[in-house]
Amino acid sequence: MTNARTLDSKQQAAVDAAQVAVQSRGYWATVGGRIRDDKVTIVCGVVVLLIIFSAVFADLIALADPYKASMLKRLAEIGAPGYPLGADEMGRDMMTRLLYGGRLSLFMGISPIVIALAIGGTLGLVAGFLGGRVNMLIMRLMDVFYAFPSVLLAVAISGALGAGIGNAIVSLTLVFIPPITRVTESVTTQVRSLDYVEAARASGAGSLTIIRVHVLSNVLGPVFIYSTSLISVSIILASGLSFLGLGTEPPEPEWGLMLNTLRQSIYVNPWVAALPGVMIFFTSLSFNLLSDGLRGAMDVRL
Amino acid sequence: MLEYIIRRVLYVIPIGLGVTVLVFALVHMSPGDPLSAVVPPDAPEEMVQDLRKAYGFDKPLPIQYFTWLGRVVTGDLGVSVARGREVVDELRIAVPNTFILAAGGTLLGFTLGAIFGGIAGYFQGRWIDKLATAIAITGVSVPHYWLGLVLVIIFSVEMNVLPSIGMGPGGSTAWAWDAEHMRHLVLPVVTLAVIPMGLITRTVRATVAEILNQEFVQALHAKGLFQRQVLMHVVRNAAPTTLAVMGLQLGYLLGGSILVETVFQWPGTGSLLNSAIFERDLPLLQGTILVLAMFFVLLNLLVDIVQSAIDPRMSRQ
Repeated sequence: MTNARTLDSKQQAAVDAAQVAVQSRGYWATVGGRIRDDKVTIVCGVVVLLIIFSAVFADLIALADPYKASMLKRLAEIGAPGYPLGADEMGRDMMTRLLYGGRLSLFMGISPIVIALAIGGTLGLVAGFLGGRVNMLIMRLMDVFYAFPSVLLAVAISGALGAGIGNAIVSLTLVFIPPITRVTESVTTQVRSLDYVEAARASGAGSLTIIRVHVLSNVLGPVFIYSTSLISVSIILASGLSFLGLGTEPPEPEWGLMLNTLRQSIYVNPWVAALPGVMIFFTSLSFNLLSDGLRGAMDVRL
Repeated sequence: MLEYIIRRVLYVIPIGLGVTVLVFALVHMSPGDPLSAVVPPDAPEEMVQDLRKAYGFDKPLPIQYFTWLGRVVTGDLGVSVARGREVVDELRIAVPNTFILAAGGTLLGFTLGAIFGGIAGYFQGRWIDKLATAIAITGVSVPHYWLGLVLVIIFSVEMNVLPSIGMGPGGSTAWAWDAEHMRHLVLPVVTLAVIPMGLITRTVRATVAEILNQEFVQALHAKGLFQRQVLMHVVRNAAPTTLAVMGLQLGYLLGGSILVETVFQWPGTGSLLNSAIFERDLPLLQGTILVLAMFFVLLNLLVDIVQSAIDPRMSRQ
């Protein structure tokens, strides 16, 4: 083990490849083995699961009602009796609201990626597989969306549509369709030119069969990994929209919105005001590290 | 190379047109009558019709688009409904303010990122590499609007050493190179620098590591060059990619500073967007988005041209 630590990443990869050859394990067994050796990724995976779990089961874990205000407890300190993480500007229990807040923040952060993966993945697959004019049309359309910095595009669309959870999800989906389309298109184009696809075509397979059997299985992995790397940005942006007053509307508990309403109180109880951001930060950090770990384990180069 | 540059410049035209279509569509996607911001709800129907005609809202959408485009091309972005001033005049104040923030953030982020990334790539796998990589991933994961808030809490609320809002004393909206304005610049610039720092650290680390693993570096060593001279070769090879990332980051910060500007109440384009959205000031919204997107398109163009000038491989593709 001490010997292995001195190897650089390239040598390590060679060693891994040799091990694969010796034991002739399958691809997924290799990936599994790499993940098992990667403590950071495992810890991050557990943290992500914990965050999702605590949001989903917030009503079982939380001690208080997330909407119940109390004039007396307004901006209670962290550690105040009955309020382990203090209370917000309306006297609502912070810990409860942070737990419940995960529901909307995660939902608004993850669902745009899922929808964008379905739409952008299809567009990229079609563009990459058909090539020619269809490719031109789709990719040039995406270029127009690329002309906007992502934050500007998200703010512009949800600003035009108006505040609301649905509109925020629509705007974030539109932000993430172009990058996913681009990655899918370039991977598909690469795969399409491989010899075995040509062989399948020569043996009489139809386009749909080739896509389903030969192309999809090679494209899905890299595109999936790329999409997971976008989740962290999406969560930050989703909460950012709520922070601007464009996403969730009060009194719903949501991390970005909580940060916005508590901003007025930083001179009274600064550290309670900063708490929702800690949740956004840890969530996005865990998703980022998890995605990096998966990318390394699956050996995807983008 | 000239041919590449001409092709690249010409490509700006369809993209620019696409951007105008998208911005126009955005505003017409917004719910409600575009007149509702100017017309009182109890206005007589005739007056509404007259206004509709005056604004050209009675014509079919394609005609409205081309009329609008014709005015935009001549530099007329209309009049802000809520402020009663020309949108162009509002932008003339706001864009330089945002540019100062974005340029400061990019510069700081680039300097830190190049240093961290260079060290990490050079000492691959050592503890210092792990530290730099950890800083980079923290930088790209942190919600920067929250970081701004935390910095305000530490340096304005707790220590009371730096101002928390505004650009200068007394709600100044014009930049001046004096100590007071500089003090106001510190926190927002540090906040904005975090994301480019993380991204540039990652890019530089990967680029340097890749270059060091190439054979020509060993050849340089074998030739008997000093470490310092080899390093110069590495820097020259890493420069195009790094500069490209930096250029794009400047564009992202220009268009994406709205969150940070909101935290620090900075009088830039972000504040304009914010008030345009909440006052439903459509001409101001349309104009600001259009100008920011056009800046981004031109910056992309500039990055591509500079990159092809310093890296001939680019234009040959």
